[in-house]
Amino acid sequence: MKLNDYINEKIDPLFQKGGKYEKLWSIYDSFHTFLFVPRHTAAKKGVQVHDSVDSKRVIMMVILALIPAALVGMWNVGYQHDLALGINDGWFMQFLYGLVAFLPKVVVSYVVGLGIEMTVACIKREEVAEGFLASGLLIPMIVPVNTPLWMIAVATAFSVIFAKEIFGGTGMNIFNPALITRAFLFFAYPKAMSGDEVFVRTGSALTNSPIEGTAVVDGFSGATPLAAVADGTFDPATYSTLDAFLGCIPGSIAETSTLAILLGACLLLVTKVASWRIMLSVFVGGAAMSALIGAFSESAPTVAQQLCLGGFAFAAVFMATDPVTGCRTNTGKYIYGCFIGVMAILIRMFNTGYPEGAMMAVLLGNAVAPLIDYCVVNSNISKRAKRVNA
Amino acid sequence: MANVIKLKKGLNINLEGTPEEKFVSVKEAKKVTLVPDDFVMCTPKIAVKAGDAVKAGDEIYHDKQYPEIKFVSPVSGVLEEVVRGDRRKVLGIVISNDGKGTSAELPVVDPKTASVDEIKQAMLDGGVWPFLTQRPYGVLANPKVQPRDIFVTALNTAPLAPCFDVIVKGQEKDFETGLAALAKLSTGKVYVGAAASTSIPAVNGVEKVTVEGPHPAGNVGVQINNFKPINKGEIVWTANAQDVIVIGRILNGKCDFSRIITIAGSEVVAPAYAKVQVGESLADILDGKVKHVEYKQRVINGDVLTGVATGLAGSLNFKGQTVTVIPEGDTTDEMFGWITPGINRYSTSNTGLAGLFGLFKSKKWKLDARLKGGPRALIVSGDWERVFPMDIYPEHLYKAVLAFDIDKMEQLGIYEVLPEDFALCEFVDVSKNPVQQVIADGLVKLRKEME
Repeated sequence: MKLNDYINEKIDPLFQKGGKYEKLWSIYDSFHTFLFVPRHTAAKKGVQVHDSVDSKRVIMMVILALIPAALVGMWNVGYQHDLALGINDGWFMQFLYGLVAFLPKVVVSYVVGLGIEMTVACIKREEVAEGFLASGLLIPMIVPVNTPLWMIAVATAFSVIFAKEIFGGTGMNIFNPALITRAFLFFAYPKAMSGDEVFVRTGSALTNSPIEGTAVVDGFSGATPLAAVADGTFDPATYSTLDAFLGCIPGSIAETSTLAILLGACLLLVTKVASWRIMLSVFVGGAAMSALIGAFSESAPTVAQQLCLGGFAFAAVFMATDPVTGCRTNTGKYIYGCFIGVMAILIRMFNTGYPEGAMMAVLLGNAVAPLIDYCVVNSNISKRAKRVNA
Repeated sequence: MANVIKLKKGLNINLEGTPEEKFVSVKEAKKVTLVPDDFVMCTPKIAVKAGDAVKAGDEIYHDKQYPEIKFVSPVSGVLEEVVRGDRRKVLGIVISNDGKGTSAELPVVDPKTASVDEIKQAMLDGGVWPFLTQRPYGVLANPKVQPRDIFVTALNTAPLAPCFDVIVKGQEKDFETGLAALAKLSTGKVYVGAAASTSIPAVNGVEKVTVEGPHPAGNVGVQINNFKPINKGEIVWTANAQDVIVIGRILNGKCDFSRIITIAGSEVVAPAYAKVQVGESLADILDGKVKHVEYKQRVINGDVLTGVATGLAGSLNFKGQTVTVIPEGDTTDEMFGWITPGINRYSTSNTGLAGLFGLFKSKKWKLDARLKGGPRALIVSGDWERVFPMDIYPEHLYKAVLAFDIDKMEQLGIYEVLPEDFALCEFVDVSKNPVQQVIADGLVKLRKEME
């Protein structure tokens, strides 16, 4: 008997109304549709054939696009570890180190987040939406590598419940859930989120406990380049932009390699999952603001450096392009993107409290996106009204 | 100055089973079924009883709201039964066909010399008035009002639909009569949207609008919005060019409601054109034409985007132009569909490799009736806009209809659209929303509120 027929005949009835486990139907359905595309056919009325894209496929494209950045980021964690201790274990060991440091965070993020989502779905008796599958990977990638696991769990729980589920779940939230997690950590546990100690792991891979027989080299600083910009000790002339582009600088796993992010961006653009309008506008807005600031200050990073440093590129490609929280009209997307690009650089350069402005810029953008859409749609409405009077 | 509309947004779905440009014969209809539900918001009042003998052209029922609008029998025979459903709603009126085609004498009306009232009366009595659709709401045209304009579409861009040039061959005189009649009825003009290669007869008051572009360029609503949009308070009538030919036939004294359709789809043995009778049962039309396979097939009364899956028990829609048969797909298993390379998946989003190799334009696809996903809230943005070539925000209008915010619906252009304009949005929708049904229900509710 075919596997799907077996599931439909023997296992499905247990979860339907009146079955033994009827309260857990949502969890059963999520595993069933994980294995097989649903067999449901179109209703009698309405479109009789459908495009084969569904939200699972869309979210999968986002995850695939994140993988280059994740892989390079994991290698970079090990590379920074070796640099700090003055050793060189080779790229494969460095990658493994980063993998071991990264995986527990991923597990915690998915277990907490999906656990809450599945529970809420079971209560509402709806299918489990796939939105968290992308956020669940984004969260461990944007927190500093030395963040304790319990902090990630608390922040994920907060974000899923208060920034997503109370609004109605995937597709109804106002703010980007991954960024709310980051913002929660930033405001609740500030010491763990900034400074020289958090972005480079000098201890063992799994627990960061000191390794016997190793010591941090003299003159090692775990500071990210943006911390130097905030201090005013950054020199654009001597800083290697290529390092920042390729991803060999301290930082969280997601943001370090601009090249890897751009590879992911290509996949998202080809599959039309992310809007090129938003990506382009964020870069253009950021570049314009950087050029403006650079014209008046000699110690400010160059335009290329501004775009490669910190979470700017990552926010432009993966965070700002979240379709649910961004602008939904095509005209609005240009304005929204420019706003985020400009604000990210502004916050970064002029607000000493936040060395990295991308997170706050995107959250601010999420807040004004409905207003931008409202104005764009209103111009269509007044155009139509003028026709009546003409 | 030539009227030209060039549309870029839209999507031509290349389906297997394209009809060849030849005619196949179809069994003569032993019975025809008239279905009042073919018309939006039509409540029938039946004029004859079961067992009565009827001639072609005799009134069978009329609309409750506009009693002058008559619906006539296309064949001569006996009224077999009136099929009723819940709360005595008329589901169908079955008339057996004696094959003789006897009809009452029809007056010949020459639109060039007849008055507006004479033409109107001839159309109402002849049973061809229901071919006119009124926008807003998509209801039967109110005979007492005068529309701002009348729009006719002679461009059928829906998947597997018939080409108008094939339909009109040999019927040019009837088409000219029909157009001339419509020109008299409209306070403005009659605009005929057609491909550049189609020739429209020169009639006073009739203008051709050349339309180019992918589906839904053939939708009359899309043509209106891009040419002379409907404003609040205005009334516009629309018709399909084949229906205008039938109007012309009746006015020329011939009581013949037969029409040319395509029998198409991947499950049809030899997809082609056919001349059939209105209301003919799909079982008769498809007799011997559908492939014999082990899996279930879906018989659609209409095209895959706007048709209804009535199965073989259904009967050809009064304005029908296509009968499509596709695989049902309810026994298909696709494992890990979210990660397969996707060379065999039809997806305009390019989330599968098929798009990279240009297979959507070059290959013909055998699509089945699966939803291929579960319903979700609206997530992706911009996908509807890519296939909606009107100056309207489809997603915002859809949300206004869901919330039944009347002010917002009016402001966003609800009076300009019908569910068929949203068909492609429903096709590409990642969240598998029943868009057309929501818009249809919203229009019914809105009309009840406003009138």
